Amino acid sequence: MYRLGIDVGGTNTDAVIMQDRNVLSGVKASTTEDVTSGVLEAMEAAIAKAGVDRAKITNVMIGTTHFTNAVIERRHINPVAAIRLGLPATACLPPMVDWPDDLREAVGGHGYLVRGGYEFDGRELAALDLDEIDRIADDINAKRIGAVAITSVFGPINTKMEEEARARLQKKCPDIPVVLSSEIGRIGLLERESAAIMNASLLKLSARTVDAFANALRSAGLDCPFFITQNDGTLMGADVVKRFPVLTFASGPTNSMRGAAFLTGVRDGIVVDIGGTTTDIGSLQHGFPRQAATVVDIGGVRTNFRMPDVFSIGLGGGSLVRQKRDAVTVGPQSVGYRITKEALVFGGDTLTTTDVAVARGEASVGDASKVADLDPALLDAAREEMTRMLERAIERTRLSPDPIPVIAVGGGSILMPDRIGDLEVIRPENFAVANAVGAAIAQISGEVDRIFSLEKGLTREICLKQAEDEARDKAIKSGADAATIETIEREDVPLAYLPGNATRIHVKVVGEMGGGHA
Amino acid sequence: MLDRAQGRWRLDERMVEALEIGSGILGTGGGGNPYVGKLRVRQALREGHVMEIVPLESLPDDARVVAMGGIGAPLVSHERIKEGREGLRCVRALEERLGIKVDAIACEEIGGQNSMEPLIAAAMAGLPVVDCDGMGRAFPAMQMTSYAIYGHRSTPSVMCDPHGNVVIFDHAISELWHERMARACVVSQGGASTLASAPMSGEFLKRFAIPHSYSKAIALGNAVLAARRDHRDPVAAICESEDGKVVFRGKITDLKRHLAGGFVRGEAIIRGFESYEGDEASVHIQNEFLIFSRNGAVEVIVPDLIVILDADSGEAISTEMLRYGQRVAVLAIPCHPLLRSPEALEVVGPKGFGFDDLVFKPMSIDGEGGVS
Repeated sequence: MYRLGIDVGGTNTDAVIMQDRNVLSGVKASTTEDVTSGVLEAMEAAIAKAGVDRAKITNVMIGTTHFTNAVIERRHINPVAAIRLGLPATACLPPMVDWPDDLREAVGGHGYLVRGGYEFDGRELAALDLDEIDRIADDINAKRIGAVAITSVFGPINTKMEEEARARLQKKCPDIPVVLSSEIGRIGLLERESAAIMNASLLKLSARTVDAFANALRSAGLDCPFFITQNDGTLMGADVVKRFPVLTFASGPTNSMRGAAFLTGVRDGIVVDIGGTTTDIGSLQHGFPRQAATVVDIGGVRTNFRMPDVFSIGLGGGSLVRQKRDAVTVGPQSVGYRITKEALVFGGDTLTTTDVAVARGEASVGDASKVADLDPALLDAAREEMTRMLERAIERTRLSPDPIPVIAVGGGSILMPDRIGDLEVIRPENFAVANAVGAAIAQISGEVDRIFSLEKGLTREICLKQAEDEARDKAIKSGADAATIETIEREDVPLAYLPGNATRIHVKVVGEMGGGHA
Repeated sequence: MLDRAQGRWRLDERMVEALEIGSGILGTGGGGNPYVGKLRVRQALREGHVMEIVPLESLPDDARVVAMGGIGAPLVSHERIKEGREGLRCVRALEERLGIKVDAIACEEIGGQNSMEPLIAAAMAGLPVVDCDGMGRAFPAMQMTSYAIYGHRSTPSVMCDPHGNVVIFDHAISELWHERMARACVVSQGGASTLASAPMSGEFLKRFAIPHSYSKAIALGNAVLAARRDHRDPVAAICESEDGKVVFRGKITDLKRHLAGGFVRGEAIIRGFESYEGDEASVHIQNEFLIFSRNGAVEVIVPDLIVILDADSGEAISTEMLRYGQRVAVLAIPCHPLLRSPEALEVVGPKGFGFDDLVFKPMSIDGEGGVS
């Protein structure tokens, strides 16, 4: 029984075959425009290299940074009509007010404030202004905006008004997908609204991408279930990802950190994952990615997802190196998966960070003669800038002056010097496919999130225990090994506006997928 | 007459970033996250409004200063964000009711989001903000300011909501009655309103306000930012800036929260690590962190400040951000002497929060444990 882990990054698509805790094979291929052929190439090579019977592959786990890259690079982002139901409240801070200007422009900056929303106790803040929704629908059609995000004040305690607004809007805009904020996040208007808008802006890309995964697996003759890894390192079904691409935002870093810990046995250190477009830096504590205690920034936007505390910079193996008057700049634009055509060492005409590393003799890929004539001053300046970017990002993540190891993983880690400041750099075997390993060892979760009534002798403790048992059962049914299950979220929030001492209990447990025996 | 005041300074966007961090720490878990308020201040600055801070000492004795702040549940104000001109409407209604012109705005509570509200209202009204506040931290109730404790009667006061409702509390027979009526009114207005209370004289403020609140909160924020920039421990930087000390480090293993009388009450249980391995601490919450105990023995008591920070990043964690499994450092910071007098402790000491069997003892700065 084997597991196939695939990681689809901006530049490379990696695949590993694992049996229990052994990595049987790991290969890298280039990510392709259609996604499918890159996935096919990587997994066929991994299956061939491991020499296993594909009929014995019982699970396929895919991790992807596709959607995060889209936001960071401001590419493949579609315009969104951001409709907020909340006037007269909230007027002082319109939608996307705390976004970076370029991202706001990428989604079109279409913010609409409408009378509506709820008070904390469920009363209407204002009656929903349906005429205004009609006018917005006309505007959406006139401007040909392709997706809508609706956010109602206190939407998470009552979803009705968001649903009403969607129904009204779809009378005039029948084919435009609508994301409701209540489907995505919890209380905290700006963070939830931002997540809903980003999700809406990625819907087209997610539909295309998930279909491409399915096609690749089908054409390879794999008909076992496939899962996609989400932010917390656990797995979700393909249909969920299509509708909620934002839930994969931090899956890349989670996978690479868990993969790096798995491959090195290091339990405390800094993981630097250099891909083709970005570098993600996070810290491992006791073998797990350190979780962000507070809000997490994605492409400069605050969200309220629970995610590993990862800092991303626009530096990768495909990052553009440009000379502007006296200064040399690196990234954030990248040739991405087109590196094998466009980088100088591969016969292209774009100067990338990989070309700089090859020209300086720090890496040997492609044809070194193509970069032999580059100006040494330019190379030195680019190297200095790359090292400065890495050093600064690592220092930002470093939490103490203790000399902890830095684990370099990812295809772009050829850019990493052997020491960074006073820290030693470790490169594990299979370093290049750590993400795919992380995907292959992704955990199974079980979750309970519902309202309990603390009456008739039921105490908070009894209900929490009951929810935890239910979550464990769910995880075990989904294939988790009972001995490895631990609780990662355990929350109870009293609901003041409901009778019967109602408490919302949210418990999430995770466990390892039952060895190779699932 | 305030024009001649010496030492007034203008707030810029960088100071607002530092103020967000500083006031978040001084919020002692409550007072609400200042992020939304910071965005509003930034928005107002970008729209060309000027925000001026005047030193407390420079205030003429007969200056008329109105203290204001948000009232209600912080969680509500992150979700039902304000309309924007609530504070301005409060000032204008108060001026009209009293037939006066206000000279400056003061802050009720420097801890948390109430650090921001006076800046916005003052900027819109074209008035300066005095560098002081009534708590030097955050507290859950209005009568818990040094203003009220030392004799200021806060009515007539004005409460405004995002809808445009304006309520004047003409007279309350005590500060507690004012708090009760305001609390009832704020619930009917949707749980987060803005309240401005009767003017205070410059002479009164100079005696009974907690001084330098804005400059200190901004300095505290700058200390954290500098520590992060230089990779020094931000927790230590906070202790230095505020004469505080770390009393515990550990992981949150249980969290109880329930609503009672409009307040979130609860308790966080923290299991120690590092040098605190084997110890268990508890922090009692009533909107703010009130009582810190180690292995069942009480060590730090309100009004001394109890601050919970992310153990590694030093970021302040509010009561609503507390989560199972978080790694935290607990800090204790001595409160301002104005809050330690017998009459102050009646209101903001343990008795004021229903801990009748506890007697306030100032936290010890040196040794382990502050209360015998």
